[in-house]
Amino acid sequence: MKRAPARGWPSTIVGIALLALMLFPVYWIVNASLQPAGNTLRGGWFPFHPDLSGYLTALRDQGGNLVTSLVVALGSVALSLGLAAPAAYALAQFRLRGTNLVLFGILVTQMVPGIVVANALYSAYTDLGLLNSYLGLILADSTAGVPFAIIILRSFMRSIPREVIEAAHVDGAGRLRVFRSVVLPVSRNALITAAVFTFLFTWSDFLFALTLTTTQTVRPITLGIYQYIGAHTNQWNAVMATTVLASVPAALLLVVAQRHLAAGATSGAVK
Amino acid sequence: MPSRSRPVTDPARARCWERLAQWMYIVPAAAYLLLFFGYPIAKNIVMSFQQYTITTFYTGAAPFVGLQNYSKILASDLFSKALLTTVLFTAGSIVGQFALGLAFALFFQRRFPLNGVLRSLLLLPWLLPLVVSGTAWRWMLDPDTGVVNAALRALRLSSSGIPWLTGTSQALVSVILINIWVGIPFNTAILYGGLQDIPRHLYEAAKLDGAGPLASFRHVTWPLLRPVVSVVLVLGVVYTVKVLDIILVVTGGGPAGATETLATQSYELSFQQFEFGRGAAMSNVLIVISLAFAIVYLRANRRARNV
Repeated sequence: MKRAPARGWPSTIVGIALLALMLFPVYWIVNASLQPAGNTLRGGWFPFHPDLSGYLTALRDQGGNLVTSLVVALGSVALSLGLAAPAAYALAQFRLRGTNLVLFGILVTQMVPGIVVANALYSAYTDLGLLNSYLGLILADSTAGVPFAIIILRSFMRSIPREVIEAAHVDGAGRLRVFRSVVLPVSRNALITAAVFTFLFTWSDFLFALTLTTTQTVRPITLGIYQYIGAHTNQWNAVMATTVLASVPAALLLVVAQRHLAAGATSGAVK
Repeated sequence: MPSRSRPVTDPARARCWERLAQWMYIVPAAAYLLLFFGYPIAKNIVMSFQQYTITTFYTGAAPFVGLQNYSKILASDLFSKALLTTVLFTAGSIVGQFALGLAFALFFQRRFPLNGVLRSLLLLPWLLPLVVSGTAWRWMLDPDTGVVNAALRALRLSSSGIPWLTGTSQALVSVILINIWVGIPFNTAILYGGLQDIPRHLYEAAKLDGAGPLASFRHVTWPLLRPVVSVVLVLGVVYTVKVLDIILVVTGGGPAGATETLATQSYELSFQQFEFGRGAAMSNVLIVISLAFAIVYLRANRRARNV
């Protein structure tokens, strides 16, 4: 550890330069969001006189949509983990005959374009009265979370030693009890990873917001931004302030749950 | 406690109950997947043979029209153009994401201070909502007021600026570049993971044999990374053919349909022209393409597991 830094600094400088290039768009929306309303388009390279009016406008116009996105995302996390955790446990630990078929089905879901789901759900939701509803969006948005959470959780739960579970059974715990008080606590990290990704998937969803809502009543922030740029191209500071606000969860989770994000990226893809 | 003693006396029945209880863990998730993936797939196939339009929602009538939706789609100029755009968009995105992702992954193989911090910061573009990234790029690439053209003018690389989003040939290049930017972090993360799994001593052995960095990449890194590479590429294709958000936000399919892909076409047929039957037919074509790659993916995955 002591030798490496002395040799490594040139690489660090190159790395910082590359990162600065990659993250420039993020800097640029932050910069734009802090410009005054009028001259945004010719705004400087640096917000020397930060102006928060963009944020005020954004919160006034889009605050409700941010809350909607939060409700839908949290709902989807609860639903996805609630469905995925028991299924992942069964697929990992019980030797059931249909396991491979279920796993194949889960793999196939990854190939289904969202537009196919939206196409069919639109008419079904019209009949069921689920258009423009929180429940409708939560159910549709979980199409990303459920399969992903099963994949992540199953690959972790397979590594729980059988002896641990059998020991709990010997101690007299029922199946449900073992699941609740042994399997779930042991899988804490995998559960957090699955929750973080499900949250981000749902928060970022655009397609279902676009197709399964038709009125203002339930409008996620992504759709709010999309319609904002259509209508308010002269108020770029407010548009950009909204995009910054919509990026907060991603940035926050990157800081708080960094380890889980890297783990999710790799295990979700290869396993 | 009669309910407890009965299973003991009848072991076959007890095993049956046991099985059933175990399946109850899977049933809710399986039911969800069937309702939200199985049903839509089946419904799409049925819809694609129907004249399913806005009137269907009022009258409930969706007459069967056989293959008419498919023949209409396949015959239109838009389809072949959208297909070509989809192929170019996917190929361009994948090649760019992979090459740059691999370069980043190799770079992060080095040991230097702040490596971990920089590597996780790199994930940010991938974590942002696509609508946010699309909006940021749309604004940066604006031909008149965008920062990219302003920089090009300031550096005297281009006096008039490049019509990034308004030129018919430039717009496709722009959305590909944006999608590459979005995909680099994911490629880097997975390829970096793959590189970390290669045993260090193999590099040392190659070095002892007199292999330079290029030779050790060709003979050590690449062959051992192959399984991960195939997974990354096929996953990339499967995810990229269905990309919709970026294109809708940045160009809306324009100018003059230059950035229409099969996915955006399907969206427009269904949700703007309310030709759900034709939209469904179009998205079924998309499924077939994805499925073809799914088979490749499964094979690649199996091979990866065997290695």
